[in-house]
Amino acid sequence: MVSPKIDEATGTETKGHEWDGIEELDTPLPLWWLLTFYACIAFALGYVVVYPAIPLLNKGTEGIWGWTARGELAKDTVSAERQHGPLLSALAATPIESLLSNPQLMQQAVAGGKAAYLVNCVQCHGTGAGGSKGYPNLNDDDWLWGGDLKTLETTIVHGIRSPDDTATRVSLMPSFGRDAMLTSTQVGEVANHVLSLSGKAQANAAGSVTFANNCAACHGPAGKGLRQFGAPNLTDAIWLYGSSKTDVTASIHAAHAGVMPAWGARLDAVTIKMLAAYVHSLGGGEAFAPVPEAAASAAPAAPVAPGKTR
Amino acid sequence: MDRILLRVGIWLSALLFAIVAVAQAADFGFAAQMVIVAIAALAGLVFALRGADYSAIANGIAPGPADQSRYYDDVIRWGVIATVFWGMAGFLAGLYIALELAFPLLNFTEYLNFGRLRPLHTSAVIFAFGGNALLCTSFYVVQRTCRARLAFPGLARFVFWGYQLFIVLAATGYLLGITQGKEYAEPEWYVDLFLTVVWVSYLIVFVGTLAKRSEPHIYVANWFYLSFILTVALLHLVNNINIPVSLFGSQSYPLFGGVQGALVQWWYGHNAVGFFLTAGFLAMMYYFVPKQAERPIYSYRLSIVHFWSLIFLYIWAGPHHLLYTALPEWAQTLGMVFSIMLWMPSWGGMINGLMTLNGAWDKLRTDPIMRMFVWSLAFYGMSTFEGPMMSIRSVNALSHYTDWTIGHVHSGALGWNGMVTFGALYYLAPRLWGRTRMYSLRMVNWHFWLATLGIVFYASSMWVAGITQGLMWREYGADGYLVNSFVETVAALHPMFILRAFGGLLYLTGAGIMTYNIWQTIAGNLRVEQPLGGPAFDPEKDRPLVPAAVAAE
Repeated sequence: MVSPKIDEATGTETKGHEWDGIEELDTPLPLWWLLTFYACIAFALGYVVVYPAIPLLNKGTEGIWGWTARGELAKDTVSAERQHGPLLSALAATPIESLLSNPQLMQQAVAGGKAAYLVNCVQCHGTGAGGSKGYPNLNDDDWLWGGDLKTLETTIVHGIRSPDDTATRVSLMPSFGRDAMLTSTQVGEVANHVLSLSGKAQANAAGSVTFANNCAACHGPAGKGLRQFGAPNLTDAIWLYGSSKTDVTASIHAAHAGVMPAWGARLDAVTIKMLAAYVHSLGGGEAFAPVPEAAASAAPAAPVAPGKTR
Repeated sequence: MDRILLRVGIWLSALLFAIVAVAQAADFGFAAQMVIVAIAALAGLVFALRGADYSAIANGIAPGPADQSRYYDDVIRWGVIATVFWGMAGFLAGLYIALELAFPLLNFTEYLNFGRLRPLHTSAVIFAFGGNALLCTSFYVVQRTCRARLAFPGLARFVFWGYQLFIVLAATGYLLGITQGKEYAEPEWYVDLFLTVVWVSYLIVFVGTLAKRSEPHIYVANWFYLSFILTVALLHLVNNINIPVSLFGSQSYPLFGGVQGALVQWWYGHNAVGFFLTAGFLAMMYYFVPKQAERPIYSYRLSIVHFWSLIFLYIWAGPHHLLYTALPEWAQTLGMVFSIMLWMPSWGGMINGLMTLNGAWDKLRTDPIMRMFVWSLAFYGMSTFEGPMMSIRSVNALSHYTDWTIGHVHSGALGWNGMVTFGALYYLAPRLWGRTRMYSLRMVNWHFWLATLGIVFYASSMWVAGITQGLMWREYGADGYLVNSFVETVAALHPMFILRAFGGLLYLTGAGIMTYNIWQTIAGNLRVEQPLGGPAFDPEKDRPLVPAAVAAE
């Protein structure tokens, strides 16, 4: 303990305490500090009156403004519904087949579909819908199951090989190598043949024979694919599981069977309609095959399953 | 002789217990942890046997009482080394996980993936680096400001080594995937119980020293240290009330569930920041800043008012971590308004620290250690303004769950906690090892600038990242739909993540220079260089006061 003295540098008196050489000045509280502290307390008191704050026996006070986070959300939801309501009911009332004849509605559906796509689809198909190995690119015009609005809608509703949907799209390519349907030499020859279809390898007779016997049933004699089986076109140089000899050989040896979930149980019908519109708008959307009139007049085509119009 | 027998007995039973626990272990993680305990017990046993003075025992000489006219500094010296070591480990882990976020390929094994390394990083910097800094400075400061030798030096040694064992158990546990899943309270029930024993011992040593003080009053730094030790004990106990699945297993279930569990967790988490990283480090500030500046504390009155208002208000502010959640709205509001009221009490510490330099501001030009303290106070002020601001509902709606929070905690952690700790280490190292000065003050200056630049890169990149993220999440297009997918917001942050890692690299480099500098200081080397300023130090005056009557005996 030393007696209080005036500190030279500041002209303030010390308190007369000393610990290991540390003394303390008797400076009063800075006024601005004190006033700001009081102002914060005053703000807090006001806020507590206005907003829900004081816990009582069964629940807290509600505040004189009656604000709640849930209320705010409900307000936002109502205003969003007001904005989208007319569009959604118009979409619900419009059959997807006639969507293209209403450009304005189509445009709005595409905008809504994009938002839904960003939440539900980007995980596999990517933000730009470019896909990746095993996940189809949605920007091109190469469709496994078809690219018109109705077909896209069906694919989204039921998914592909989706285990919880009985109407899901199913196709199953055999695992030719693994299940010993072809020898590894034959698999290699077929791989070369398949690559030759898009000019990536030399054609070979053995491979083409094996292809005709084993693959043409689904992929077609020329390898153009068949949409009713979901069999990909092998001639267009677009590859879902890679274009290298190794990749193609692997696909023939042990076939891939990618899964897309059935969205019918997760999303409402209008959202799915909008998703179909968005995917259709990406660049590869196909027009409807002129089914009703053409089918009546033209020679009987291959039987078309309902909802699987090319 | 009895003493040695007792000690050996304790270590032997600990060893036996650990071996039984390994044999009975319900899971691999628990067995691995108990192997570590067994090794620690074995080490304790060996040291107890080898450290004994057998010739004295044989001759029947009782060990004399410790020299009360000397401070007990062994444990503080170990603490300085431990602080530097764990600091480097924690910063390195931080850099690695920052790189993992920028380059996810670095998550190549489960032992080093982000989910396990992140708690390793936070625990290493907060509890290992910060905790050791608090332990050793509190033992240093309480002795000096009480002018009394540390009470119960043996217990203090147990506190130090027990705390290191806690750190090792926690860290290896994270890598093995053992966690309670509570942020900043990840260690499982058996580690929690052990830490409780260590922490109570810490309290006993600290209060024991206060009780035998030679000074009439208790210095403000000790109020802060005491509030930190007491409150952390309380927080730790309540937040870790867990029921183990098996007495020999690493799993447990918390007593509180759902929103109650969340509230308890954030009451804990927020006050871990408040009392570990704020009150404890303010205590360091209150000793080292006036010592380094050689100036009296700016305002005694302010220290009283801001101390009591700080510790009263802080404890209620936890719910601001749970705005817009299932927590009842009244509790959210209270969490927010208590945070707002906390602004000035927090700033009281900054004012008292900075204004202590009145009459000594010129030291900023010549003394890099002083510069570190002042910068640390500046960052303290910045983050204690930012905190209340972020607790405001509408600000929180934008900032919560974004990298803004990461930027906020790091401007506090790297700026305030890091810098004040570095300053204290630079103050302590020459004094504890009896050197005239640090090996190189110029290197301290390099450390200062590297750390500052690192913080600037870190904090500003995270502010930009956080606000970008917050705005992208809520961006609506003209047609009323959300514009961005989550993954797009992640991709947008990539450049910021790289800048953040770069900031961390600078900070780590600075700490590396400090490690070298302190190493050389301990080794007794002095770098030949142009001198820089610093306060005078007289080792002869650095002694406890011994009451006159005792001295006369």
